[in-house]
Amino acid sequence: MDGTILISIYIFVLAIFVGFEVITKVPPLLHTPLMSGSNAISGITIVGAIISAGAGDYQLSQILGMVALICATINVVGGFMVTDRMLEMFKKEKKQEK
Amino acid sequence: MSVLIDSFYLLSAVLFIIGLKNLGSPKTARKGNLYAMIGMLIAIVVTLIDKSILHYTYIIAGIVVGGAIGAYAAKVVEMTSMPQMVALFNGFGGAASTFVALSEYLADVERGEAFLFSNELIITIVLSILIGTVTFFGSLIAFAKLQGLMSGAPIVFKGQQATNALLLLVTFALAYMLMQDASQIELIYVIIGLAAVLGILSVIPIGGADMPVVISLLNSYSGLAAAATGFVLNNNVLIISGALVGASGLILTNIMCKAMNRSLANVLFAAVGTSDSSGQMARGDKSKVTEYSAEDAAMVLDSASSLIIVPGYGLAVAQAQHVLQELAQILMDRGVKVRYAIHPVAGRMPGHMNVLLAEANVPYDLLVEMDDINEDFQNTDIALVIGANDVINPAARTDKDSPLYGMPILNVDQAKSVMIVKRSLSPGFAGVDNSLFYDPKTMMLFGDAKKMVTDLVKELKDL
Repeated sequence: MDGTILISIYIFVLAIFVGFEVITKVPPLLHTPLMSGSNAISGITIVGAIISAGAGDYQLSQILGMVALICATINVVGGFMVTDRMLEMFKKEKKQEK
Repeated sequence: MSVLIDSFYLLSAVLFIIGLKNLGSPKTARKGNLYAMIGMLIAIVVTLIDKSILHYTYIIAGIVVGGAIGAYAAKVVEMTSMPQMVALFNGFGGAASTFVALSEYLADVERGEAFLFSNELIITIVLSILIGTVTFFGSLIAFAKLQGLMSGAPIVFKGQQATNALLLLVTFALAYMLMQDASQIELIYVIIGLAAVLGILSVIPIGGADMPVVISLLNSYSGLAAAATGFVLNNNVLIISGALVGASGLILTNIMCKAMNRSLANVLFAAVGTSDSSGQMARGDKSKVTEYSAEDAAMVLDSASSLIIVPGYGLAVAQAQHVLQELAQILMDRGVKVRYAIHPVAGRMPGHMNVLLAEANVPYDLLVEMDDINEDFQNTDIALVIGANDVINPAARTDKDSPLYGMPILNVDQAKSVMIVKRSLSPGFAGVDNSLFYDPKTMMLFGDAKKMVTDLVKELKDL
């Protein structure tokens, strides 16, 4: 158990550094889509929610899992769709100098 | 958990990282979002075929209901309401973490395995529930403030921070008690209650103008909540994704704080912004300013050769961004060089103003960041300010006693002449008078932003 949690902490810390590296250079233009997009990614809890809702045989746990699943799915579906909707609006200037 | 499933989770994590990377450039951003979507889809499908899944009724119900709500919300939300929407999505992410951790815990206790709980497991369960619940309730308050359901003014009482610290302390004490006997289910419910209060108390003292920071921070929390759940489930894709989002939220929080020249601690605890700007009395004396009519201003604009437009949130509130772009287009057609200068905290969330202008079909290459355009103001004929105030206040540069002092501002005062569209002379969020209004080279155009810009368009067409 000790070893497992230590490896998990390793992964967590390294992933934070990856996050800093990848995101630091994002221009302000894209801050809102970045936020809603990363927000959708944080909905990855959906994986845990699926397991909670579908595994085991304790009904209270499954119902809680389903509630979690509803929340996480709103987060994932809503987040990705609204990000796409915003990014679709970003257009480059159409040959201004004729 | 089989090797195959874990490899697919790794693939998902890689797609998230590539997706985020691509979100960093306007050309590839849509593709980046798509990569992240595919990553998510892979993670979901792989989980669904996991052999530990026994029944699908609740899963199908959850996905259908959640998917419908999410899709509907994403379709109908107004771009001005984007900050509330993201706050709410953050909150749901947090709630999901709480429910998953609670569900896992209760299932294990029910199976009579409470005595098997290691101390680490209890810590991760409590953290997952704590962060998730704080995120959910904090986001609800942020949503209510942004949506105008409650006042944007800070709510403070004596001993607020001490209360928060105490709540946190009690939570940890309860976690310690759980370590002695993990089957005390009622303790978990008390922890949820404490975390709810903590979430509410930590957001109510933060003023409406500081919301961009709060949303960024809650975004970071929602990532940390997911990561904490990953520790509970011992699932690496949750840990990696949660860490990525946690980092991205922290970066944005930091950028927002810098743009306001405030420390995070100051934003969270100082309760800046005594009331909404709408409630402020006009302090200035109108007789000391140069007032222009739309007709005169249109003539000035027509004779200019370069123009920088400085949009603020007041522009979006008045829904004037579309007609503003019409104005810009007319001037560009007449050979005026037009650009937009965007302050990092323009709007109610990071990058909000860019989205609002993109919706009004403003090409993104006309939108210039503060640092890239500040040098150009001195060579520009007119700076047209609409609905912005504090971000152009020269007091931030000169007046050491001003609460704005040190905040990076747009150098509007260096333009050859300045045109400001504003309802009255009332100060902005920070409650500070703006000396630029009284500058002889400043033309004040009093009125509602949308009506005034519409009038300018009309006058320009008549010229």
